[in-house]
Amino acid sequence: MLDSTRSTSNLSYPAAEGWNLKPVTAFSSFCRSSIGKKFIVAATGVVLILFVVGHLLGNLQIFLGPDWVNGYAEHLRELGPLLWVIRAFLLVNVLLHIYFTISLAIENRRARPVSYKKKDYIKATFASRYMAMSGLIVLAFILYHLAHFTVRVTDPRFLLLKADPLNRYDVYSMMVYGFQNIFVSGFYILGMFLLALHLSHGTSSFFQSLGLNDKKLTPRLATAGRVFAWLIFIGYTSIPVAVLLHLVKPAQQL
Amino acid sequence: MNFKLKVWRQKDPKTKGKLVAYEATDVSPNMSFLEMLDVVNERLVARGEEPIAFDSDCREGICGTCSLTINGEAHGPDHPGAACEVYMRRFKDSATIVVEPFRAKPFPLIKDLVVDRGALDRIVQAGGFISARAGSAPEANSTLVPKHEADRAMEAAACIGCGACAAACPNASAMLFTAAKVSHLAFLPQGQPERTSRVLKMVTAMDAEGFGNCTNTYECEAVCPAQISASLIAKLNREYAIASLRRNAGE
Ligand code: SF4
Ligand code: FES
Repeated sequence: MLDSTRSTSNLSYPAAEGWNLKPVTAFSSFCRSSIGKKFIVAATGVVLILFVVGHLLGNLQIFLGPDWVNGYAEHLRELGPLLWVIRAFLLVNVLLHIYFTISLAIENRRARPVSYKKKDYIKATFASRYMAMSGLIVLAFILYHLAHFTVRVTDPRFLLLKADPLNRYDVYSMMVYGFQNIFVSGFYILGMFLLALHLSHGTSSFFQSLGLNDKKLTPRLATAGRVFAWLIFIGYTSIPVAVLLHLVKPAQQL
Repeated sequence: MNFKLKVWRQKDPKTKGKLVAYEATDVSPNMSFLEMLDVVNERLVARGEEPIAFDSDCREGICGTCSLTINGEAHGPDHPGAACEVYMRRFKDSATIVVEPFRAKPFPLIKDLVVDRGALDRIVQAGGFISARAGSAPEANSTLVPKHEADRAMEAAACIGCGACAAACPNASAMLFTAAKVSHLAFLPQGQPERTSRVLKMVTAMDAEGFGNCTNTYECEAVCPAQISASLIAKLNREYAIASLRRNAGE
């Protein structure tokens, strides 16, 4: 190795001098460190994965008929303020996940100012190398998805929907009419594809980032993560596919 | 055998570099890659041209000095193994071979294929040691180490500090190196007294050098000549989190 004394002189490491910091400073220095940021990205990722699973279980009730879905949606709404607490919590998680990922990505760019003319990857998967891309497209999808089904501003037909026989909002028919549009379903399936790509790396990756991994677990987690991600994909896309194939029909006519 | 080489030539850190084409003719298949470069250099010198500068020392895969990116792979196509352990029979006759230096901001280029990897030494200087009494070797059985712990420590200690992990990483992260250095002492009783401060100092040093951040692509372990497992990075993350908690608690 090259003579290392050459350029050491002017570098000073704050932690090397006094690592016994006050708790507040200690926490903020954790959040500014490479590993700390990874921890936050992983921990918020876990919350978002749990949400993705919960949301899927909610959606799949469409196959159980209008009564199930509409009742489930009514239950969620009845949570009232608690629902807003949950939404705020999810929002904070999304924002932290994005903020820290972007700050890591910027540092990673800077860490290799001159790139290789020729670069081969041996082990790194496509999903692992394009996490930022898949993540940003999923974000764009989520924004559209919220406008579509939560705020309901993109489809004028939703205004014509009447309440169901039990006087609840007819979520079932809303979903069916929403997905009858081939472009809406197409974008949805694309969004889910990128989500699955993101999760196929993210699901095993968070174990590593949180330090919950060892040599034997690595290959098993990688496989399990991939299987999990594509099950999520199949689960979510089964709904628009069923609607487009007319296997699921609206409960009311407009 | 004959080869077409495309070698990164750069006079000094300030000049712009570029890939320059060379012909390597009459190469024995049993030459190592570095011996092939030696032959090319001899011919360059005979023609009065500047030879290609590259690093090497032991030429048997134990010192970690050689540092070539051959055809886009750190240490070339023969993993696990250092660039000095790659033989020309590994390539197809008349193949084109691209040779570049290890690229990462903390590895500033000195000349051609030579980079300064002092950043790795500074990470070790920040805490990769034990502050123990130096002197004659202690009695062998005075500190007992369970066999499997000793094995794990030895596996981590196998890191030769070549920097290929950072060179191959899409993010130029040196986490595999740091993980190996932190882990091998964390596995041993001798490493315990400074275990908490060591990981904090070494990670801070690693970040200060400007390495990128691991995104768990495991490209590092694919090129590591010492076969350091990326699962040690999980251990590093664990060590760092626990050490941060202890620091947070004011210990
Ligand atoms: S971990 Fe492997 S690739 Fe990285 S410096 Fe050590 S020996 Fe080289
Ligand atoms: S020259 Fe020593 S490892 Fe290659």
